Amino acid sequence: MWKEQIDLELERVKTDQEKGTETMVLNLGPQHPSTHGVLRLVLELDGERVVHCEPHIGYLHTGIEKECEYRTYHQVVPLIDRMDYLSSLHEEMGYVLAVEKLLGIEAPKRAQYIRVMMCELSRIASHLVWLGTGALELNVSSVFMYCFRDRESILDLFELISGARMFPRYFRVGGVMRDLPRGFEDAVKQFVGEFRVHWKEYHDLLTKNPIWRMRNEGIAVLTREQCYAYALTGPILRACGVAYDTRRAFPYSAYPEFEFELPTQPAGDAYARYLVRMSEMEQSLRIVEQVLAKLPQGPIVAEGLQPSSKSERSVWWRHPHRGFLVPPGESYVTVESPRGEKGYWVVSDGSNKPLRVRMRSPSFVNAQALPLLVEGGYIADAVVAIASVDPVLGDVDR
Amino acid sequence: MSMKNALEGLSAMLKGMSVTFSYLFEKPVTIQYPDVKRKPPSMFRGRHYLRLWEDGMERCIACHLCEIVCPAQAIHVQDAPNPKDKPISKTARYAADFQINMLRCIFVGDCEEVCPVDCIVLSDEYELSGYTREEMIYTKEMLTEKHPGASGRDPMVKRGEARMD
Repeated sequence: MWKEQIDLELERVKTDQEKGTETMVLNLGPQHPSTHGVLRLVLELDGERVVHCEPHIGYLHTGIEKECEYRTYHQVVPLIDRMDYLSSLHEEMGYVLAVEKLLGIEAPKRAQYIRVMMCELSRIASHLVWLGTGALELNVSSVFMYCFRDRESILDLFELISGARMFPRYFRVGGVMRDLPRGFEDAVKQFVGEFRVHWKEYHDLLTKNPIWRMRNEGIAVLTREQCYAYALTGPILRACGVAYDTRRAFPYSAYPEFEFELPTQPAGDAYARYLVRMSEMEQSLRIVEQVLAKLPQGPIVAEGLQPSSKSERSVWWRHPHRGFLVPPGESYVTVESPRGEKGYWVVSDGSNKPLRVRMRSPSFVNAQALPLLVEGGYIADAVVAIASVDPVLGDVDR
Repeated sequence: MSMKNALEGLSAMLKGMSVTFSYLFEKPVTIQYPDVKRKPPSMFRGRHYLRLWEDGMERCIACHLCEIVCPAQAIHVQDAPNPKDKPISKTARYAADFQINMLRCIFVGDCEEVCPVDCIVLSDEYELSGYTREEMIYTKEMLTEKHPGASGRDPMVKRGEARMD
């Protein structure tokens, strides 16, 4: 069989030579700064044109899904933080909601509001990394610096509230870790005020800039049908004119109580995705402001999980060696992560450890569309295409 | 490209350049790290310490809870009966050996939260590095604070009564 393959290959090379053209195979990644982590693309080039693209994943495989089966429900949370490391709070949100669904409890209102606020801040932080690195790949280095400055302020807020910057481990089954520290709301308000000014500056720097537009407009175009066929979600889908967002389609937590728009763009190219993500940051700010205005007082952990007396402990530490038991069954919850629809399927057999935790990660699904985006374009535009998909490889490989 | 487009493009570029130009007069947001050090907030989860009672006795009662809840299995506790003539802790047992593998630790702070006697705390020290794997396994001598209160950690932080600073 291999002999036939060689013959076929020789035949193809011969026809290429007869045509006077020959393709070259180029390895982009896994250690390439523009592939956002350890994505590897094997590109077949005909001159400057990409004729074939094959994404290779698996360089960041950590076995987190399997590892979850050997941890108690509470110990899984820091583990899944490390999948989508740019928006860990969305990971926590999905998992925590799925386990709460199994337990049949709901977090108190104040905890839900805090969760929504932290998730939206996390979305802004994630989009800032996308904007900064995406701009840096097109040599706009000042935007990169400004974006990371704003991201730092968000990470400082996470540090204030939970003690860690990137992996907060803030959401708990049934509530949140701690109440907001004194002065936190003022710090968020200050950030929102500052970021509104900075957000306008990013628009001034990029949106109408002719070089930015030439590099992004008409690049990596996807149609609505292709999005449906590949099950793409998130900003990629919304940039094709489909107003689909899990926060609206399957409302979870406290999202129905807040007003926000779903920014869409009809074009479906990299520039449309840029505009959608920029508007999303603005909408996230709106939600954060609404949370701050409406934040109710009250408990932050659900009834029965909190310690009822001083000597008792909250449910997570009541039986430290065993954790807590979850009734048998399965639950599926989707949340809208900055990259798209993030699904959590948790199966319980009634013990203290999940039987199976399966994630539907948006990066993995969206990365499948890379050949569609890259093939037929110039090699220089491959970098723009990858940046516009914004995959996080920790999320792809799990 | 038409004249109008060219003018629009030029004005957009000038607008962008005015943004970068205005940053010339802004104060830098960076700090000169090794010389200037940032003070982490009171909730920061950094290097561990084993606290002492005010009279200098060890708080740790070797209950192994931190060892059990650690998601990274970074902690090793060896318990021993408390010597009657020269007690080390205030209960029947004490930690004969206490090790934390700092290369395994992921600083989730579960050990601090679960500790029934507020012994193990996570301080605000973040400069943790070493040349060998062996020196990254912190022993009991390294972890026990030098005098009561030396860790600088307010154990009330974990109860959610944190100050903001």
